[in-house]
Amino acid sequence: MSDINVQRRQFLKTSVGAAAVAIAPGMLLFDMAHGKTEAVTGKVRWGMLIDTANCADGCNECVTACNKENGLSGGLSPTDSQWIRKVDLRDKRSGREFSLPMMCQHCENPPCVDVCPTGSSFKRADGIVLVDKHLCIGCRYCMMACPYKARSFVHEPLHDQKPDVPRGKGTVESCTMCVHRVDKGQQPACAEACPNKSILFGNLNDPESDISKKIRSVASIQIRADLGLNTGLRYQGL
Amino acid sequence: MTRLIALLLALCCCASAGATESYGLPKIDIGKGGECVKDPKWMRKNHMHLLFEQRDKTVHKGIRDEKLSLKNCIECHASTKDNSVLGRADSFCEGCHRYEAVKIDCFECHSSKRSSAMVQRDH
Repeated sequence: MSDINVQRRQFLKTSVGAAAVAIAPGMLLFDMAHGKTEAVTGKVRWGMLIDTANCADGCNECVTACNKENGLSGGLSPTDSQWIRKVDLRDKRSGREFSLPMMCQHCENPPCVDVCPTGSSFKRADGIVLVDKHLCIGCRYCMMACPYKARSFVHEPLHDQKPDVPRGKGTVESCTMCVHRVDKGQQPACAEACPNKSILFGNLNDPESDISKKIRSVASIQIRADLGLNTGLRYQGL
Repeated sequence: MTRLIALLLALCCCASAGATESYGLPKIDIGKGGECVKDPKWMRKNHMHLLFEQRDKTVHKGIRDEKLSLKNCIECHASTKDNSVLGRADSFCEGCHRYEAVKIDCFECHSSKRSSAMVQRDH
């Protein structure tokens, strides 16, 4: 009888030990996932390099991923929100055709921020340009000021928004560079979804980051660089 | 006579205090419940200040302290029946706000659903 009990105790002890070992990494993960309590800083500037040579004609994966991540309808009517769109271009002289994704360029000197009368349109310290919808009055000056036609206005009441991406009628919105994912250490949905890895996301301020190295080694341009906005998005192969 | 009036007044006070207690607060479905920020009495009075401060910190500075995030509040306090803090007379947010006749703007943009339930639904 006592033999059996001793064995039972041994068994319980070892299983408790094994359970602790199994749970410990989970607890660590839980702690890490407990939210970011530090403010973003200007040490980081998030940006993207888009390789238009690799961007396949007719491929819409980035747009689909963006719509899914941010809860956009994906409709194409004039009143539907579009945070990213595929643009097909053709050089009339040479006939060369190519396609690229167009979205908020996350300018260093964003015109949308300049014109906003309420301070709702703003640039975060890490270079991401956002709309604080708590302050937005829906005047749409920013939409007119943006040279990239990157912003959309929400015309209709919305339901079933994503918990991480609040959106609402009467406010302006645009690509957030998936700020909720970036703050968790993930990549934006479009960069992750691109089947050809044409969208390279990273920190432009870190000379050792993949994006900085690539920008140093290949020719890339900012769209409408003449405006002096110093966009965070660069395009390769235009 | 004065004594009698004083006694009557005292009785009235007791009765009204008793009435407030029994009439009391609305019955609220607190979901999983629990106390992670402060006690319910304090929270009932001050939650809006915490949410206001946190919203600015999150949007402008990227500070995403989970303890004070609206998403995390909903995660625990959404009803276990319909995963929501809105929609019924006893829902966690709506129940009290109906009783106090205070309009909630949050959920015109923010999701009122428990996010873990939404993740399960979407996958």
